[in-house]
Order: sequence, then structure tokens, then C-alpha cells
Amino acid sequence: MESNRLTKLFSSGRKNLLSVFYTAGYPRLNDTVRIGKALEQSGADFVEIGIPFSDPVADGPTIQASNKVALDNGINLHLLVEQVAELRKISEIPIILMGYLNPVVQYGVEAFCEDAAAAGVDGLILADMPLEEFMTEYKPVFDKHSLHNTFLISPTTSEERIRRIDDVSTAFVYAVAASSTTGAKERFTDEQIAYFQRLKALNMKNPVMIGFGIANNSSFSQACEYGAGAVVGSAFINVLRESKDIEQDIPRFVNSLKNGKAV
Amino acid sequence: MTYQVDERGYYGKFGGAYIPEMLYPNVEELRTHYLDIWNDPKFQEEFRALLRDYVGRPTPLYYARRLSEAVGAQVYLKREDLCHTGAHKVNNTIGQILLARRLGKEKIIAETGAGQHGVATATVCALMGMECIVYMGKVDMERQRPNVERMRILGATVVPALSGNMTLKDATNEAMRHWINHPTDTHYIIGSVVGPHPYPDMVARFQSVISEEIKMQLEQAIGRPHPDWVIACVGGGSNAAGAYYHYLDDVRVKLVGVEAAGHGLDSGESAATTALGRPGVLHGSKTLLMQTDDGQVIEPYSISAGLDYPGIGPMHAHLFDTGRVQFVSATDDEAMGAGIRLSRLEGIIPAIESAHALAALNKLKFSKRDVVVVNLSGRGDKDLETYIRWGKY
Repeated sequence: MESNRLTKLFSSGRKNLLSVFYTAGYPRLNDTVRIGKALEQSGADFVEIGIPFSDPVADGPTIQASNKVALDNGINLHLLVEQVAELRKISEIPIILMGYLNPVVQYGVEAFCEDAAAAGVDGLILADMPLEEFMTEYKPVFDKHSLHNTFLISPTTSEERIRRIDDVSTAFVYAVAASSTTGAKERFTDEQIAYFQRLKALNMKNPVMIGFGIANNSSFSQACEYGAGAVVGSAFINVLRESKDIEQDIPRFVNSLKNGKAV
Repeated sequence: MTYQVDERGYYGKFGGAYIPEMLYPNVEELRTHYLDIWNDPKFQEEFRALLRDYVGRPTPLYYARRLSEAVGAQVYLKREDLCHTGAHKVNNTIGQILLARRLGKEKIIAETGAGQHGVATATVCALMGMECIVYMGKVDMERQRPNVERMRILGATVVPALSGNMTLKDATNEAMRHWINHPTDTHYIIGSVVGPHPYPDMVARFQSVISEEIKMQLEQAIGRPHPDWVIACVGGGSNAAGAYYHYLDDVRVKLVGVEAAGHGLDSGESAATTALGRPGVLHGSKTLLMQTDDGQVIEPYSISAGLDYPGIGPMHAHLFDTGRVQFVSATDDEAMGAGIRLSRLEGIIPAIESAHALAALNKLKFSKRDVVVVNLSGRGDKDLETYIRWGKY
């Protein structure tokens, strides 16, 4: 795992990390590579590339719609892995693939891990793969190919379970900011801040990235106070949907998130 | 060989609880409590009393003389169509709402396809004075209008699911999303033997009253508790699970599941999961699923909104896998024809879902003395529009 880019990033101890989620094959089929490259150049610390799925139950309307467009564009998991390999030729940004279990199961878990690792993927987040199944069925395969698997925790996750997830996590733990599906929100509530404080007080062994509902510099900065950094997804998909010039709008968006102003 | 769920929540290689972490506490709460609640005599007393006094159980086991002559076997109909609200669905919603109350839940959500489960949920919510939200595909809302209004009369809020094909699968997605967003005060009443463990086992237990009654009624009618055949339609598979339940380990009884072939198995417009599906993961369990090579779920088709689902419950995937249940399929035309035949021979207009089970009577080889129980899961009132549009009567 030493050469894994996520391992390196998180062992550097850097703070205020920004991860950006975007859907592969969206808004156009072949945008996956240039969006990843533009994010790296703009200062994103790592990317989560969404594996489109017909039934994304943990996602809100924005990411659901991007999944549908990407599938209509003709994306599939084999093509996605090829796109990642292309991106890897021109970029060293750590890459996570994020999605649901079924496309990976149909690809074949072993074959997928092998191909993904060869293409330059550093980790996976599979929203509907439970901890128990991962430990018994999949962990050896992931380990063999030096792929991290990241688990989610939410405001309703018990402390006991958070400890267990922290214990088996490798790169970082993904804290879902609210009891909700994905989607951009204006600001955090007092209840959410209390939850972040509670997490911080747990002194987990893994760094925590906070995601779901982060849309602007104020929520990004707030999340960074309590964790190693934050993940932005739906707000970025909204930018991509409206953008007429991706190369110009991506640096502007990343800059506004990190610094509170566009350049 | 056991056909029941194991302690990990699996039926053979199918089942499990493949859910986002956000739902883990909800599902875990159910998993740790459902058996204790089910086994509590007070719960059983309450459940049984409502089934008797409110649902109208036991439902009759009716010897269909003219149909028997036409088929060439001794055909009995288990009259779930006579349940309050018009289908077997209410057995499960009564059970789940009593369980939800015990767990201190205040609100109920449900998904529905044809609207029968939605109506059964809205009904028990009215009975218990609980808030009820039902997700229903927009397309299904249009083709099952009377059921939408029934739910509204009963005080439920019906929310259209606007994603995908806007049918049952999409309504289920929306209900799961709602649950993720409201994890603490809400219970999700799933309408079939699908979803993450413990739902398939829990729903099967609530429906198992069907075969419990068949055993007693057959004993009275023919002097033995077991028939030679039990036939039921399978969408997700809840009525079939109930009709098979107490016969699963009795190999004298041939069990048949009838899936919806839509316009035909090769037409690309079908919902026959065992014929067209492969193992996959959807809505919380590993089961047989109609999907592309890339693992995208295929939108199913059937004239019957209640069978219009791309998967089957994991219990049925296992029963198929082990060969314990023989699966056949019936096309739209075959089912509609069988529905008209029952109407003419017995004066019973069946739900189009149940008409699929009746269509299998033409596809199986019986001897004249074979005792065949068909689970008549619902009545056809909700389907009058479809019968009228089909027209051949």
C-alpha cells in the first residue's frame, strides 16, 4: 500500500483536503479525463469518480440525473476503467471510484480489482457494500491489488460501530454530514456541528473526510475545522451541468470553494 | 437442506443486507427485534385478532367445481381476494404496523406498484392513526387511478416517483431514499419478500398464515393437510411465500411459481426474472435480477403492475436455484384469458396478478385426482380498466 497515492496523501498529515466527486461519462461520454485533469490543475487533492448505476438509492436528484445522462451517453464500467487509465497517463491525482456494488459484481470482483488497480485507481467506495460482507468476501481481493475501501458513517451510526469501522478502514473514513441522500445544501445546522464535534472528540485513528451537502466555501471551511477535509459532489455536478466552458469553470469553482472567491 | 433464512440473513447464496450505512441502524433495529416480537404471545394475540375481525380471516378454501372439470384436476382456490382491501397484502401490513408501534415509530412509508400494497398500508395507518406516505411510480399512478384515490381517501399522501420507468422499482428507490432522510421516527413497510434481511423473512412469516389455513382447511375437505400442488404468481413473491411456507419441507407437495412473461420471454418486454435474470444486488439483497452485462437493472414489463418488478425475493431465488419450486411464466394474453375463464366458470373476476397463477393450470400436467391449490391473491376490481381495454370477453 506504500505506493498507493491515497496512502501517501493521508500520511502527509495535510489538512483542508478537497475531494471532488463527479460522475463518469457526464456531461458527455468522454469528459471523464479532462474533468479529472482540470480538477488536479485547479488544486483538488483527490477525486471520486462516480460509477453510474440505474438505481442509485443513496443519491439525491442531482447525482441521480447525472447517472441517467451518463448511462444514456453509453458509459459502462469497462469503458470507465479505460478512461481512468487515460487520465492516469496525464495525472498523478489520487483516484477513488465510487458507486454501487452490482456493476462491480457483474464485472467480476477479482477482475475488476485487477483492472482498476492496473488503470491507476487507488480506492473504492461502494455505498451498498456492508462492512460485514466486505470483511468476509472482498477484503483479500482488495488487499491483493492495493486498493483502499472506504466506509461511510452517518449521524445515526453508533459509537461502537464507528470504532469498528475506524478499526478496519485504511486511508480515511467518510463521514456523511447528515441523515440524508447526497445533495447540495446552503449551510450546516447546529445539530450537524454537534455531530462533527462528537466525531472529532472520538480521536479516530483514520483521518475523517466530511461529505454530503457541502456546496460552498463556508460549509467547506467549517467541515475542515472538524476533519481532514471535505468532499463536494452535487454542487460540482450542478456546475458541470450549467457550464459552457468546463476548463474555465472548474478552476473558478475549486477556487471559490477553497478560498471563498473566484479568480 | 433448509429453505428458511440462516442466521446471517441468507437463503443459500441469496439474501443478506446490502444497504448504505445510513440505513444500517434502522435495519439492525429490525433485525435484533423482529423475532422476539413475532414470538411474543401478546403480539400474536393482537395480530391474530386483527386478521380475524378486521381482515376477515380465515379466507375460504373454495373447491372450484367447473374450473376443475375444465382443467382435469381437483382445483381449490385460496380466496385471498376476499381479504379486506382485496388482496393478501394486508396480512403483512397488519403485522408490520403492529411491529412498528412496538418499536416506537410514528410515521410509515411504503412503496407500491399496482397500489394494492399502498392501499393495504394506508388502511392500517388509518386504523392505527399513523401518518402514511406512499411512493408510487407516476406511470402506475396513471394506470391504477382508483387505488390512488383510495389511498387518499384513507388519509395517505401519495408521492409520484419520477425516476427511471416510473414504476415499482423506482417507487422502491424513492421510499429507500425517504428512509435515509428520516431514519429515526419512520418505519418502512416493504410490501413483498424483498429488501435487506430481515424483511424477506419477516414478510414471509406475516404471510405464512395463508398456508397455515390451507393445511387446516384441506384436512377438513379431503382428510389430509397437503395438496399435490400449490400454485402462486411471483412478482417479488409475497403471496407465493405465504402459500408455500408450511409446505417447503414437505416434498410431496409440488410448488409452482408463475412469473409474468409480458409480451413473451424473447420480446424484450417481460418480467420473468428466473428465466431472464442473473444473480445481482438490488434494494438491499443479493438475488436474481434482470440486468445488462454492465449490471444496470433492466426495466421490466408486464400488463400486471403488481408483477412489474425486475427481481424476486431472495427466498424464491434460492427455491429456484435448488429446484424446490418449479417456475413457469405466463404472457399477458395467457393471463388475461385465464382471468376471463375464471370469471365465466366460477363468477370470480381475479386480479391480473392472480390470473397469471391461473394461466399455469393450462401449462402443467395433472392427473384427474391431483389436488391443486391456486392462491387467488387478489380480486380484479382494480383491473377493470385493463380488462376493458383488453376487450376479448
